Amino acid sequence: MSIKETLSKGFIKENPVFILLLGLCPTLGVTTSAINGLGMGLATAFVLIMSNLVVSIIKNQIPNKVRIPSFIVIIASFVTIVDLVMNAYVPALHEQLGLFIPLIVVNCVVLGRAEAFASKNTVFNSIIDGLGMGIGFTFALTLLGAVREILGSGAFFGLSVPIYPIDEGGSPVTMLVFVLAPGAFIGLGYLISIMNRISKS
Amino acid sequence: MASKKESTFLTMTMTLFIVTVVAAFSLGSIYNLTKDKIKEAKERKVTDAIRKVLPEFDRLEKSTFVEEGELVQSIYKRDPVADTIILYKAFNEEEFIGTAVKSYTNMGYSGKFWIMLGIDATGKIYNTAVVEHFETPGLGDKMDESKSKFPLQFKGKDPRDFIIRVEKDGGDVDAITAATISSRAFCDAVNRAFEALSIEGGKEL
Amino acid sequence: MEILTIIILAVFVNNIVLAQFLGICPFIGVSKKIDTAVGMGGAVLFVMTLATLVTYMIRYYVLQPYGLEFLQTISFILVIAALVQMVEIILKKLSPTLFQALGIFLPLITTNCAVLGVAILTINGNYSLVGGVVYAIANAIGFGLALIIFAGIREHLDLMEVPKGMRGVPISFIVAGILALAFMGFSGIV
Repeated sequence: MSIKETLSKGFIKENPVFILLLGLCPTLGVTTSAINGLGMGLATAFVLIMSNLVVSIIKNQIPNKVRIPSFIVIIASFVTIVDLVMNAYVPALHEQLGLFIPLIVVNCVVLGRAEAFASKNTVFNSIIDGLGMGIGFTFALTLLGAVREILGSGAFFGLSVPIYPIDEGGSPVTMLVFVLAPGAFIGLGYLISIMNRISKS
Repeated sequence: MASKKESTFLTMTMTLFIVTVVAAFSLGSIYNLTKDKIKEAKERKVTDAIRKVLPEFDRLEKSTFVEEGELVQSIYKRDPVADTIILYKAFNEEEFIGTAVKSYTNMGYSGKFWIMLGIDATGKIYNTAVVEHFETPGLGDKMDESKSKFPLQFKGKDPRDFIIRVEKDGGDVDAITAATISSRAFCDAVNRAFEALSIEGGKEL
Repeated sequence: MEILTIIILAVFVNNIVLAQFLGICPFIGVSKKIDTAVGMGGAVLFVMTLATLVTYMIRYYVLQPYGLEFLQTISFILVIAALVQMVEIILKKLSPTLFQALGIFLPLITTNCAVLGVAILTINGNYSLVGGVVYAIANAIGFGLALIIFAGIREHLDLMEVPKGMRGVPISFIVAGILALAFMGFSGIV
């Protein structure tokens, strides 16, 4: 597979969220706004690339039977690094994402790529694969976040989108349900349907 | 997959040992690098809220105020739950600027939330800020200045001639549309702050 | 009374699947039949309670005395993974019938973020050991409840005429959304 293909497959054709249905918990949990989705996507992408890199470097030194526990330790280390660094430098975003940062460790995308791809491929290809999947994941979360933010709070990356009537209190009358829990499920349901259609054509 | 190691007891233990030691070592060093920054960020969150609710100041005096009988010991909780109110007296050189009060309420739609209330030297409200809340996004979170005009009505008000209760309860506060419970809770937190200030202030004088 | 508050909050108001978005993968994956949903619910109840108990001890009796709280994530996930393996082996030896009922779900549970999520939430929520166990059981019940209701709806969904583009996963998410909307009705009761 060429580099371009590896990079672009995660976008639509093998999108980890819309097509493979992996990593759904953070997808639903943090996407109340586009910026939250982007932040979570980038954090996951970092863990994905770094764990793919390390796993592909040491893949021949790891006995088969302790493969999975070793991978989990490697992934959990990078998750903790992301957690600490975000807490120190972007505390507001860290607070918004909350519980879902440590939970990157159980994101099936990360362990799945380490096991299915990085443990069998060269270092370079593993980084490219991590990059492709990370971009796909970030794309999915940002898209869902943007859709929910526009419909639910009448804004896009925090900038207001003036398409809604204004109530007497001065705030736009939006479809609130989309920033609440049900809106996450409904929004993702429609996006999956649309993406299925696009990837088939 | 040519030179994959055999899975013997020795290689397995050694591998896991090395992997965990390297992980623990690198995490330890990253932790040491970031821990001061994390502490700083945490403190900055509180000082930012204080700066928002009070005029310019250069020195803070912190005192904690625990309501009597509010220290709840429970077998379901690890540490006893203390409902503390924190008072920050702000000074500009020696001049008293006002007090920032970190207050709370238990009456929110999703239970507890915390606000910061700034009261200037004359006893009027300077500004308000929400420190942490779990209210419904888009409804209850309009307590925040960036989301609606609701908090603006508190600015410059004196509790002696402005009854801090929602209009439904016979007060002067115009509640957030469709979020009476959050508005009522916000008023509760503001009143609690004034109460703590009057008791604390009385003690000192 | 306090115990009732913890349970109602965890099962209904802050339902782990429908309000906190934990354990979505098994929620969508193993909810096609009510029988499998019941099995999965049972396995989660068992593992979640045990995992919360063990991680609680690790957190307060191993990590905290040495100031190693930053190793929480890494130690919790390792403990949970090891625990699931151990439960699988012990169950196989001691109770083959129980193993048959729960066995196929156990490997799925390691990557079920609900288990790790509840372990961390127990620490964040300042629960004591008793409180933590109650909280874990209540959350597992909430998980089982959501899963079983959802499976019941999906069994009927198979017989419905769904627009072509929405068949399968998309309509399941819409249904989950409506279910979450129904559960929102519980908020504010405690």
